[in-house]
Amino acid sequence: MSRPYAKLPGWIDYGLIPLINLVVAFLVAGLVVLVVGESPIQAAVLMIRGAFGYAEGVGFTLYYATNFMFTGLAVAVAFHGGLFNIGGEGQAYVGGLGVAAVALSLGAILPWWLNLPLAIVLSFAFGALWALIPAYLQARRGSHIVITTIMFNFIAAALMVYLLVGVLKPVGSMAPETRTFDIGGQLPKLKGLFHLLGFNLGGAPLNVSIFVALVAAVLVWLLIWHTRLGYEIRTLGFSPRAARYAGMSETRVIIVTMMISGGLAGLMALNVVMGDQYRLGIDFPQGAGFVGIAVALMGRGHPAGIIPAAILFGMLYQGGAELSFDMPAISRDMIVIIQGLVILFAGALENMFRPAIGAAYQRVRFRASEPTGAPVKEAR
Amino acid sequence: MDSAALLDLVDSTIRLSTPLLFAALAGLYSERSGIFDISLEGKMLIAAFASASAAAVWGSAAIGLCFGILAAVAFALVHGVASITYRGNQIVSGVAINFIAAGLTIILGQSWFGRGGNTPSLFSAGRFLPVHLPGADAAASVPILGPIYSGVLSGQTALVYVAFLMVPLTWWVLFRTRFGLRLRAVGENPAAVDTAGISVTFLRYRAVIICGVLCGFAGSYLATGQAAGFTRDMTAGKGYIALAALIFANWRPVRVMFACLLFGFLDAISIRVQGVSFPLVGQVSVQFVQALPYILTVVLLAGFVGKATPPRAGGVPYVKER
Repeated sequence: MSRPYAKLPGWIDYGLIPLINLVVAFLVAGLVVLVVGESPIQAAVLMIRGAFGYAEGVGFTLYYATNFMFTGLAVAVAFHGGLFNIGGEGQAYVGGLGVAAVALSLGAILPWWLNLPLAIVLSFAFGALWALIPAYLQARRGSHIVITTIMFNFIAAALMVYLLVGVLKPVGSMAPETRTFDIGGQLPKLKGLFHLLGFNLGGAPLNVSIFVALVAAVLVWLLIWHTRLGYEIRTLGFSPRAARYAGMSETRVIIVTMMISGGLAGLMALNVVMGDQYRLGIDFPQGAGFVGIAVALMGRGHPAGIIPAAILFGMLYQGGAELSFDMPAISRDMIVIIQGLVILFAGALENMFRPAIGAAYQRVRFRASEPTGAPVKEAR
Repeated sequence: MDSAALLDLVDSTIRLSTPLLFAALAGLYSERSGIFDISLEGKMLIAAFASASAAAVWGSAAIGLCFGILAAVAFALVHGVASITYRGNQIVSGVAINFIAAGLTIILGQSWFGRGGNTPSLFSAGRFLPVHLPGADAAASVPILGPIYSGVLSGQTALVYVAFLMVPLTWWVLFRTRFGLRLRAVGENPAAVDTAGISVTFLRYRAVIICGVLCGFAGSYLATGQAAGFTRDMTAGKGYIALAALIFANWRPVRVMFACLLFGFLDAISIRVQGVSFPLVGQVSVQFVQALPYILTVVLLAGFVGKATPPRAGGVPYVKER
């Protein structure tokens, strides 16, 4: 994708402009808070206190952040290949089947630390398979990946309701969910670990999946910037024609990229299904697949940016839940607005301030170099 | 299935396909001009909310419709500014608008009405009521044609007639007017339109605004015609189904109508197939029927049945000079 705007130094491109976009998004969100008759500053204070003010809040924040790390990485990997994967929600949902398959069949037999690697493999595989068909259709039949992944989100939702209501529900139960997993299908919480450090996580569902997410972030970094496949992915994203000219197989790269992306989204199921709920239920991703879009855009597709972005959104989720106790006018749906505004300003309108910032930068630089400009004139 | 049930099915098919039709035609204008729009869902939602709120406050469906259109056009302009003026990614912008609409309707609804994101129920004046065509009661006794006239054609709300009249109108605008020719041209080859001295930006903005107006109709119909008030997330994916219908119809107005009728029919029948056994296939699950519009669209997109060819310049921001 060629940029229709002049190139600016790295610190402006990757530091200043994203920061300004983010600040504008939050300012607009503040306006909404103002419209419903609350103080945005007080809301922000309450939100930060709810997310970081006490250990249990931090536990919840990091639990949500784990979800968003997985889905943010998923969207980012596809972005590098020039593919827009909106299907993270569906891929995570189907990934839950992989987790449930392991936890239901082996939960009573094997301990969790043996089930975890199996669940990682299967949830990754299920998520990847759900991304395979849109990937194949994009690569070979030229159908737009955005549309097919949207359609696959809805198909996944219908499929999962069908399975949960019809097949996976235990006999005699009314709720559309599987039975509770046996002890081997439950990932340990990090309460004990934090207790050693002197923090009380309380009922926070933070569990070992966060380490899986951090490892995934490192692996994604290695993949994109330090492997041959990553080079191919980035080449495809930068210029499909260049990739073709260099003899790369477009089909293979598109399919592999999308399967990695889908697999990463599928891993999200670990955190919720095996780490917190201990059963597979209706609509457990709860929009995390979509939050991944905002996280990936905010983190500029780099794991070093995605992790803080995921924590920021984790903070918004947890702080937003706390906030609604003190400010009934502001429910957690405020986060959906913020999420939309971040996507709008950090994604779609990322170029809005670029010309102005570029002009300001040129002016500053020009003025700074004026004294040295004079001798050059003489030399002519 | 007896004839009364059949008429009932046809009737609900028409009612359920009306919002799809408005939204799909909205998308048609936008996408034909080269602006991809996956924010039909969000614009419908904000329009449904704005129309129901205004109708609840002023007790008039017409005022509701005006506010619905205004809200949807405002969101359409955000999409326009992002994707035309600032040459942003149109998909990203669409996703953003869907989220903003989903959150904003609930936050504002809760703050204004305090009903968990719903608006108060609308009474007769705040809603679009069924229009009885002349002679509907008298014609009901005529065999075959009579019940069709009185049960299906008559007794729909005014917006249903508007929706179906929009189909020939859209066809005429797109294929028989200068504006339509230019609109289609700008979606295929904006550089050629620019060379002819016509503003690409202005043309695309007009297309995006028309898209907003029609989404306003779609949302207002949902909240003040089909239902009596706004309930949270009331579009429930209809914007995406409309998008699917648009692709399914290969971006052509008359085919859009048939695609919307098909998807409306699937929606109408999904409630009725529960527990019914069909020859050859046996029982069909509700979820399968609900997923069918999406599956059909994917199959079509795959090019195994027919071929979907989107406007060539769709999704690409136009840069005048390099």
